[in-house]
Amino acid sequence: MINEIISMNGYGSYVLSAFSFTLLSFSALYLITKSQFIKEQDKFVAKFGSLNSEKAKSAKSQRINKEILADATNN
Amino acid sequence: MFKFFEPNKIFQITSKAPKYVLLLFIIVLSIGLTEALFLSPEDYKQSDAVRIMYVHVPAAWISLGIFSSITFLSIFGFVFKNKNFFLIAKSLAPSGFVFNIIALVTGAIWGKPTWGTWWAWDARITSMLILLLFYAMYLISWRIYETEEKVFKITTFITILGIINVPIIKYSVDWWNTLHQPASINILSKSTIHSSMLYPLLIMTAAFALFSLLIFLMKYNTELIKIKNKGLDRL
Repeated sequence: MINEIISMNGYGSYVLSAFSFTLLSFSALYLITKSQFIKEQDKFVAKFGSLNSEKAKSAKSQRINKEILADATNN
Repeated sequence: MFKFFEPNKIFQITSKAPKYVLLLFIIVLSIGLTEALFLSPEDYKQSDAVRIMYVHVPAAWISLGIFSSITFLSIFGFVFKNKNFFLIAKSLAPSGFVFNIIALVTGAIWGKPTWGTWWAWDARITSMLILLLFYAMYLISWRIYETEEKVFKITTFITILGIINVPIIKYSVDWWNTLHQPASINILSKSTIHSSMLYPLLIMTAAFALFSLLIFLMKYNTELIKIKNKGLDRL
């Protein structure tokens, strides 16, 4: 039964390699994009940490900066 | 006019959306894979080799759709001098590029058992390869040009040139004698594909569209954080 499903009338190697290639490409793109995102987020947190209190206060007044920091701490 | 497209407003949505899109993508993909690999019938001529269609066709559709979107966004960005349109276009490009590669590779895998060859310089395949080159040029331009004005001009020019190829891809099967069959799915006229194959194909297309949305959101958020990083440097 399992052999029949995998063999797919002799086309199994073609079908499964096409699906595997697609899923591998998805995984690779997802991981690369995620790692780029985390890298930028970490850079932002590090830069924010190095600001003096006055500059940090000014930066925090922007909502988007607050959201990036909140998102980074949640991750 | 484009206040809705302000990054500060968009980030509130785009920062939270990826986890929900990922969950939805996994659900739709699981249903799609079950349908495509196990439940959909085999073709009377191609037998089980037809199942490759469920990854090949959605990948080709989405890569074409993304390139068209990138072109319109670049033109809008250029005409209305709105940087955010360029950012959206830039964030869409990586998934379009990968879908184009998937379409070419799975097409080659499908070609071997059905046509007896991995590759042929057929009008449809060649025009898809040209689209991949336009995607590559677009992505490389963002890497090599540093000034915004220059990169906006060059990427818009590349997309305008590349969009000429999109109708060629679509109608290549009608204009030339190619190994590809004419379109089985038509929006304006009756489709010639049976519903038992059409529904799995549409489910897989939905899954692929969700994946490109997920990558777009993650990439767009990365671009916004990059801009904010530069902003912190200037403080």
